[in-house]
Amino acid sequence: MKLFSSKTKEVETDIDKYLEKIEEVAMLFELALKDYFEGKIDRFEGKYKEIDNLESEADNLRRDIKYKLYSYLLIPDARGDVLGLIENLDNVIDVAKKVASHFSIEMPIVFPFLRDDFIELTEIAVKAVMELVRAARAFFKDIAMVNDYINKVYFWEHEADQVEDTLKRKAFRSTEIEKFSVRVHMRYFAERISLLADEAESVCERLSVYAIKRSV
Amino acid sequence: MFPTLIFLSSGLFLGWSLGANDAANVWGTAVGTRMVRFKSAALVCSIFVTLGAIISGSGAAHTIGKLGAINAIGGAFTVALAAALSVYWMTKLGLPVSTTQAIVGAIIGWNLYSGTQVQFDELYKILGSWVFSPVLTAVFAFFIFHLVKVIIRKAKIHLIRLDGLTRNSLILVGAFGSYSLGANNIANVMGVFTTTAPFGELDIGGLITLSGAQQLFLLGGIAISVGVFTYSKRVMYTIGSELYKMTPVAALVVVLSSSIVLYLFASKGLKMFLESYGLPSFPLVPVSSSQSIVGGVIGIGIAKKGRNIKYAILGRILFGWIASPVIAAVVSFISLFIVQNVFAQRVI
Repeated sequence: MKLFSSKTKEVETDIDKYLEKIEEVAMLFELALKDYFEGKIDRFEGKYKEIDNLESEADNLRRDIKYKLYSYLLIPDARGDVLGLIENLDNVIDVAKKVASHFSIEMPIVFPFLRDDFIELTEIAVKAVMELVRAARAFFKDIAMVNDYINKVYFWEHEADQVEDTLKRKAFRSTEIEKFSVRVHMRYFAERISLLADEAESVCERLSVYAIKRSV
Repeated sequence: MFPTLIFLSSGLFLGWSLGANDAANVWGTAVGTRMVRFKSAALVCSIFVTLGAIISGSGAAHTIGKLGAINAIGGAFTVALAAALSVYWMTKLGLPVSTTQAIVGAIIGWNLYSGTQVQFDELYKILGSWVFSPVLTAVFAFFIFHLVKVIIRKAKIHLIRLDGLTRNSLILVGAFGSYSLGANNIANVMGVFTTTAPFGELDIGGLITLSGAQQLFLLGGIAISVGVFTYSKRVMYTIGSELYKMTPVAALVVVLSSSIVLYLFASKGLKMFLESYGLPSFPLVPVSSSQSIVGGVIGIGIAKKGRNIKYAILGRILFGWIASPVIAAVVSFISLFIVQNVFAQRVI
């Protein structure tokens, strides 16, 4: 019995740590991009490296959780759903890392008149991820609250879409940007950042089904 | 001794059927939802069924003895055989049949064959309990489920920890349910033999003394255990996975409610305790664990506003309830005729 409870505690801690990693990635993502938009490229690169390391740590945790859930024969009824959720959350980390890496590689020139929109878009996308993590935490500990957080994710995702749209319109209508390729580059990065909120939303779609299954 | 064992073989067969079939009522939801491994369930079940039978089996067995005072061991053999065959056949069809109904039907068959007046007082008591026990289980399940839901919500237990707690609780409640099953349903297996089996008192190493009836119950308990190990797996999966898509917590509530009801109808101690305080007590009657568990499942279904109950399977079970006593009575009547006239055995 004691052995069993130590195993459950172990997995419980791993899941908590995993969710913390996602939060850390989201916060670093926001700080990194803000650094980039403010031209502090060295600081941006440092944070990008941190995101990269966190992504590897999260991957290890994910594998551990998977292994332990199966080898300890835990939650046989909800195991598939929990693993599904963990895998999907991993996609969010992957998107954050990829977007940061695109900035690092392509070094897009962000025009000053677009800077505030980019910052706002980043903040909103990160808010969606933070609410997603809260929803995931509620799935484990407080199932009745899951939908409240999911609704907030949907709200922020919608907001992100609107800011993305505004940003793209500004980029294409402005006379400050001369080259078409640069306009396209701005559009591309607006879409990439917004993808973070889209990914949070798609995880929520699944999470809401898992939550219904758990409450039945 | 040897001829006695041959005559008891039908009771042992019935015990095997009960183990194959009714143990699934206690463990089906736990095993069906993969929360408890079949082997662990079978082991705990066997130990506690046997303990329940020996320690608390006499009350309900007495009622069965009164329903049909079968006075020849050949008759008891045939009645138990008829019930066992009916249960075996229905188990083969995958229907969660009740041994209680089968044995009562078979005893009625003996009453009809021997021309003995049916003890209607006892019969009504038993029939009443058949209706009352699932309803009571449904009520228990309904309230316990709501209580558990509130506790889980307030305590905010982590899913993984809840899983561990539920799993341990399922084993504990399963042990209690097995004890109640043994205490209540041993009457179905060995009740018809209590007046005719020629066992004297047995002293085991000066530590425990088993009466004749307790030795019968021990044999019955072992037979049930063999049934559990050899044949109950499939029925467990039917109960656990097909009837109702249960969460493990709901499964726990169903088993707990059903176990309480079975215990209420079996415990002499509880009956005496309630009566000593002038409270209404429960008759010591063998009740059907199948009916009880279905009552519990319905209770949960009502608590969840009727979602996910598979009515077609429920209908098949209801059909089994009516069919099993009728089939057992007919089989019993025909078997008694054959045993008396073809094998020249005294059955009355």
